[in-house]
Amino acid sequence: MPAPVSTMPEDAPATASPGEVLLNVENLKVHFPVMSGVLRPRRIATIQAVDGVSFDLRRGETLSIVGESGCGKSTTALAVLRLQALTSGRIVFDGEDIAGHGGRRLRTVRRRMQMVFQDPYGSLNPRMTLHEIIGEPLLVHGFARDRAQYNARIAELIDLVGLLPDMATRYPHEFSGGQRQRIGIARALALEPDLLICDEPVSALDVSIQSQILNLFLDLQERLGLTYLFISHNLSVVRHISDRVAVMYLGRIVEFAPADELFANPKHPYTQALMAAAPVADPGVEVARPSAVMIGEVPSPRNPPSGCRFHPRCPHAFAPCSTIDPAFDLVGPTSRVACHLYTTPTPSHDLVEAVKNA
Amino acid sequence: MTHLLQVEDLCVSFRTDRGIVRAVDGVSLHVAAGEPLAVVGESGSGKSVTALSILRLLGDAGRIDSGRVLFEGEDLGLLNDAGIRAVRGNRIAMIFQEPMSSLNPVLTIGMQVAEPIRIHRRVSWKDALDQAGALLERVSIPDARSRLNDYPHRFSGGMRQRVMIAMALACQPKLIIADEPTTALDVTVQAQILDLLRALTRELQSALILITHDLGVVARYADRVAVMYAGRIVETAPAVELFAQPLHPYTRGLLESAPQLNRKSHARLSTIGGQPPNLAHLPRGCAFSPRCPFVGEPCLPAPPPLEWVSATHARACVNYA
Repeated sequence: MPAPVSTMPEDAPATASPGEVLLNVENLKVHFPVMSGVLRPRRIATIQAVDGVSFDLRRGETLSIVGESGCGKSTTALAVLRLQALTSGRIVFDGEDIAGHGGRRLRTVRRRMQMVFQDPYGSLNPRMTLHEIIGEPLLVHGFARDRAQYNARIAELIDLVGLLPDMATRYPHEFSGGQRQRIGIARALALEPDLLICDEPVSALDVSIQSQILNLFLDLQERLGLTYLFISHNLSVVRHISDRVAVMYLGRIVEFAPADELFANPKHPYTQALMAAAPVADPGVEVARPSAVMIGEVPSPRNPPSGCRFHPRCPHAFAPCSTIDPAFDLVGPTSRVACHLYTTPTPSHDLVEAVKNA
Repeated sequence: MTHLLQVEDLCVSFRTDRGIVRAVDGVSLHVAAGEPLAVVGESGSGKSVTALSILRLLGDAGRIDSGRVLFEGEDLGLLNDAGIRAVRGNRIAMIFQEPMSSLNPVLTIGMQVAEPIRIHRRVSWKDALDQAGALLERVSIPDARSRLNDYPHRFSGGMRQRVMIAMALACQPKLIIADEPTTALDVTVQAQILDLLRALTRELQSALILITHDLGVVARYADRVAVMYAGRIVETAPAVELFAQPLHPYTRGLLESAPQLNRKSHARLSTIGGQPPNLAHLPRGCAFSPRCPFVGEPCLPAPPPLEWVSATHARACVNYA
């Protein structure tokens, strides 16, 4: 058993006051070069997967990033974990800018931010038992003093996520999808992280199992004071689990608001379109709801539209939208929206009202 | 009254490494002409196998053990290979879940959409391609005719699913079976595709069997619903009735456990306990009984039969009001 490093669980800052900022991401950019040519490859284009994303995450809260495929939500999550190289920007974790960290310093920080993956089948090593899977991070980070402590911690984690002790010797294929996701969560919790980044953690699960896992996330947050960065395309799930929500479109956050506020009063036309597109499991509601289908598809991030990136599909686009990139401004005390309808003084008040009532 | 499609007591099993597994166990359902029916269930519930059995697309490992599939009064099980091929893509068309892998990557879109027309309508390639162009226009593919010579990789997921719909509509089928047609797609594209499918099936007066796990999709697009669990239909009713008054504990559990977009949820979701059923080791009696809060003595001797509680509403439960 390797010797323990200095970061034992007792050192974890459990004393921190709630509401304090744990993670602050400033103007994060992740650009991918598109290369062409065999002998002398040269850059022919740039994909702006994440282009100027800023948000803060307070200790103990759940922030969800929601958006469609290709909007950059997963890339943002990977960049925060430094699993994806960033082009520019600051990632301040618990007061420390980790954007330039490497080696040992990065590993120390990574202990405190762990990831739960989407695919509970692909993210577990089929040749390792449950015991070995959960124990591996403890070994890698030298987190247990001796064999007894190592075993005790694994048993504790198995219990924590609602699995049974006699399952410890089983292999991943012997578990159902929901149980595998519990294993993934137990592994992520092994190092007592402050921040859990969950990338679509329930979208591969059946409806009846989804609710079990969502409840587990809520229970764990209550018991361990965890902070969640939750990536999802499912608005119902996001509404249920989030304190605050960031809506992303083509590499940018277009709206950022407390969950209650966002779902009661979506401001950005893209947020409104997303909500109109999501079907509600109630025929009474569906009959009364006009089908508001958004036109077109998400454009390529290789060639984002000028001005506001949403303007070619926006039902409310007006003069400045095609030329001026809207600022990401405060609208009301807690919401931020990147939309000229709210931030440009020129459009008539009627137009804003019309959008609200749409 | 004769229905367009009538499935009677269908049983399907698969040979697996662990022996014979019964995937569909006594399923009966019917669809009227022009009617949209949703079949809803979780993975392993047998909803896709039921759909594949209708067109006898089970492959080598699967076998229809018993039951009949009557389509316009004709028993599809009695047709020879040429006979069933004349039905597939012609009178009954299927749309699959994966728009990425359901198209042939080395054939142009035009060829693939024109193929069923050529086979079933015996027209020249030129005429078939002309009709294919018109079909692509109807599924709102921009600049459709000029894209006939493009290969599938030039199309996005949503556009490929539009191509699949064009292929399915090519011969104006009486019945379209769509197996999770939008599961791989984003929510705004899903709305586009399902709206399109609904509009076109209404226009052609085709019946639609929509297979899905998404209760929201059911509520928006289906008139009638059949809920499946572990290879059996556990409840069937008009959609409005099913959502307002579910009569099977599983249906009720599903409806209550899904987080809702339109209402503020409580701190904790209600859940269906336990794990999904393992078809190789089904419990005695009702397959849902190990997870059912209302389980009791009557549940255990045999799986409960589907019983009609009104003219339109049936459920397979003996122990729940």
